[in-house]
Order: sequence, then C-alpha cells, then structure tokens
Amino acid sequence: MGKAWTFEENMNTDEIIPGRFNITIDPLELAKNVFCEVKPEYAKNVKPGDIIVGGQNFGCGSSREHAPIAIKGSGARCIIAPSFARIFFRNCINIGLPILECPEAVLGISEGDEVEADLASGQIRNLTSGATFQAQPLPDFVLKIADAGGIVNFLKEHNIQELMQ
Amino acid sequence: MGTLIEEIFSRKAGRTVQAGEIVLLDVDYIMSHDNTTPLAIKAFREIGKPIHDKNRVVLHLDHAYPAPNVMAAENHRKILDFVKEQELPHLFMQGVCHQVMLEEGFITPGAIVIGADSHSNTYGVMGAFGAGLGSTEIAVAWVTGKCWFKVPETIRIELSGRTQPGVYAKDVMIHIAGLLGMDGGTYRSVEFGGEYIETLPMHERIIFPNMSTEIGAKCGLIAADQVTIDYLENETPARGQGQFEQIRPVNPRYERVLEIDVSALTPQVACHPDVDNVKPLADVEGLEVQEVYIGTCTNARYEDLEIVANMLKGKHVNPLVRVIVTPASQRIYKKAMQNGLIEILMDAGCTVTGTGCGACIGRHGGILAAGERALTTMNRNFIGRMGSPLSEIYLASPATAAATALTGKITDPREYLMQNTE
Repeated sequence: MGKAWTFEENMNTDEIIPGRFNITIDPLELAKNVFCEVKPEYAKNVKPGDIIVGGQNFGCGSSREHAPIAIKGSGARCIIAPSFARIFFRNCINIGLPILECPEAVLGISEGDEVEADLASGQIRNLTSGATFQAQPLPDFVLKIADAGGIVNFLKEHNIQELMQ
Repeated sequence: MGTLIEEIFSRKAGRTVQAGEIVLLDVDYIMSHDNTTPLAIKAFREIGKPIHDKNRVVLHLDHAYPAPNVMAAENHRKILDFVKEQELPHLFMQGVCHQVMLEEGFITPGAIVIGADSHSNTYGVMGAFGAGLGSTEIAVAWVTGKCWFKVPETIRIELSGRTQPGVYAKDVMIHIAGLLGMDGGTYRSVEFGGEYIETLPMHERIIFPNMSTEIGAKCGLIAADQVTIDYLENETPARGQGQFEQIRPVNPRYERVLEIDVSALTPQVACHPDVDNVKPLADVEGLEVQEVYIGTCTNARYEDLEIVANMLKGKHVNPLVRVIVTPASQRIYKKAMQNGLIEILMDAGCTVTGTGCGACIGRHGGILAAGERALTTMNRNFIGRMGSPLSEIYLASPATAAATALTGKITDPREYLMQNTE
C-alpha cells in the first residue's frame, strides 16, 4: 500500500531526471533530484512503497536508464500509466521496476490516494475511493524477467534463450 | 512477404516473422557512448560473463567530450580502462556517435544495430534496423550477442512531390511530428517512402529515421536503394560483405498509411515546449532569440554547414546572438575546413566548436540561461534540455537557423537564400 503521486501526459526522461544530474549512476543520488522540475516536493516526501501514476506515453525521450533508476531509487514500488514510451518500458523491466498499463486506474486515482497494486495479477485497488482496476497482463517472457528482479539477475541463473521457452 | 521491418527481421530470424511476434535476434553491432556506457559496464560486471564478440561492440565518447568537468572525466576514464581491459577494437572520439557509425560503415542494409541512445533509430536510413535501448540491455547484448524484439506494426508514410526552395527534409519531418504527435508512432516501425524520399540525397534522408524517435517510433526505416549503396561504397569503408541487398517491403500490410504531398509545404518550426507543437514559420516569425545552435545528429552534416555558410557569406550575424556551430563529426569538420566553410562561418561571427553532443543535452558548449530562447537544428525541445528549465527551444532547418542568426529573430530563410544564389 502506498500513496499515489500523479504526473501529466508525455512525462519525458528530462523531466524525470534532467541531463545535468546524469553524472552519477547511484540510485539514491539520482533519487534526490527525481522530478525536481515538475514536482519538487516528490523527492522530499516520497515514502517507500508509494506509487507513480503517470499519463499517456510516460517516460518518452532519451534512452537514459537514469530515469527509471532514479524512480526506483526513490523507493516507488511501481508505475501505473495508460501507456509507456518503448525504451522506458524495456528499461523498467530490465532493472526490475514493475510497470502496469491501465488507463482506467489512471483516471480513477488522484494525487494522495492510498493505492494497492498486486503485480502478479495486475489488480489495482484505490483504497481511498474503494474502486478496483485490472491492468493489462504482461507477456510471459517479460514476467520471467520481472520475477527474476531484472534481466541482470535473470542472466546470472539462465541462458538468454530460456526467455523464449 | 511483409513490411520492411518484417522483411529485415525475417532474414535475421531465418523464418518468416510477422507483427506481434516476439523474436530473439543476433545483433550486428552494439553501440553505446559516454553517457550510457558506465551503466552498461556496471551491469556487465554484475552479470559476470564474458563478452560474446568484441568486434560487435562499438563505443563513443561524444556526449560530454572533451570532458567539461571531473565527473565526465571519471566516466571517460572508466570507459577507456574498460576498452583496454577487454581489448575492444572499436572506440571513437570522432564526433556524434550516430554520424560516426554511418561514416565508419557499421550500418549496412538489413543489419540489426542497437544503441544505448534513443536516436539509434537514425540507422534506419540505410535500410537497417536501428533502435535505442537502455544500458542494461546493451550489457546483455555484449554478453549474449542477442536481443529480444516484438515485431512492430508499421505506419507507412508515403511522401510525394518536391519541396520548394528553402524547404528541407527537416521542415517535412517537423510537419510529420506535428501531424502524428509525440506518441503517434509508439511501439511502431515508421516506414518512410515514396517519390520524394527516393529523390533525396543521404544527408536529407537521415532526418526522417533520426526524428522518428520524437514520435515514439521503435524504428524509422527507409528501404535501401542505389543512393544507399553509393553512399556505402563511396563514403565509408563498407564493412560487411561487399554485396548489399536492397531489401524492400513485399505485399506489406500496414496498420496505417499516411500520404503527404510536400509540394506546398513552407518552412516549419517545432515550438517550445514539445516537438509536436508545430507551426508554420510565418506564425512565429519575429520572435527574438538569444542563441542559434547548429549541430547534433540531426542537422550538422557537411551539406547543412554548406547551406549555412552560403547564407552567411560576406554578412555578419546579429552581434547580440550567440551563434554556435558544432559539426557532427571530425570528418565533416575537416572537409568544411578544407573547403573554406569554417572560415566563412567564423568571419560571419559564428563560434565553431569541436564535435559532440554537449549542447543538445545541456552539458556544455551552448547552455541556455533562464528566460533565453534558442533556435536550433536539433531534434528535441524538451523543457530544460539545453540548460535552464526557464529557457525555450525552437527546432528548425539549418537554413532557418542561418536566417535567424542574421536577424536575431525567427526569420524565413527563403529571402536570404535567393540573395546568395544569384
């Protein structure tokens, strides 16, 4: 269970973490400046387990992995959005930051709502309003990566071909 | 049978693949640069397995090069130590990565090239699959030689007609970005074709795959033809097999086809703060700027510098405007120098810098202060991209940039172009 932080459509990687802060790859250092220009109060007040609720095309822009790393480093448990930019989508899966695509949930969650998300089933509950939502299930091979906690962990134990089996 | 991306992927997969399938493909080259390689090295160490084929790894120092601060220098040190340790054969400090990848002949028709940079889509200009990925996946590809892809649906953009003088591929692509929007191509392959594309030289074609990133596309493709083959044979060391297949779509099924006649198009500007906030130049004409930046993987090729130099020859830029020219590569810089373009630009009051990406990502070499507005030849105008979050970026063609440099206000290039072609 965590508090929802809402963001606008087309949130780009420069807005998630401006280029001038990408001189480090330390998740906690990056987290200090995450969303610093669009929502400066986020980095100060976010609590572990909080949930990011984004708009359409969340994470568009550069390929910088600093963006999902900064979000993961801030303690956020997952991101819910109607859709994600494709590189950002892959980056989240690869670093083990869960993402759920669910347009209905985004419409039905406001800033500060208490939200619970079951990542395995894709079920999202807004505890403040009582509404429940069902996210798009992730493809099997994506779940394999997510279950391992990211592609690096997956490859420590498995061969890449096993992703497709 | 299929769209261009289905044809390219089918050849690599060794079977016919269709949109919607997930495939695990061998990659030909794996590109990364100083902004993204340190994270890839970290993931590589964590995986703890050797590099699959060192010849496929291509590294560049270009994003903060030469190092503008100690942190950037530490990144470069980390990368150079890694190159030495792993005995990697392909390291470049020759300019913007995507331009150098093309010049060095790494990109050939049908190749699968991934890069830890969102503008890796640029490689689609050669009829190759090029796509941006994050650093972790780059490390995965170093170790496995492979990458997974969902075969994308295709949006075909059929371009007809010829642009009027003063209107360039950049104007056409900005127009397309305005039509499709920032997420109009998300997860899609965007295929650019038609008689307009076929008549374009390579340096103009590049704009389309390069900026397909700005509409969210997975890749932006142009089928290889004789122009592609001539470029490979005349301009590059043409790594690869010597015989290049001109892969084309065969009975393709497109998700959507967009037909555009470019004949009547006027100069376009992508306005602050989004690339799809597109207006005809006439609507923003006269807007004051404090900086004009001509550079990046989009528009800093020899021909771009030539357009700018022809317009600025014998004139002087507005003395209160910083006009910065950053050639895309050392090769371009050298040719521009040999042919007198650099001298013309300097005499006109431009600051010509070393090659690289620094200004475009707000690192160094042209950073904007609060309240400033820049007109640039870049591909992206996100808030704060070039420095202060209170600055504004407008995107346009090199000709528009040159006209704007002269007046200090957003200016239609057509009048100036006519003056100097007489």
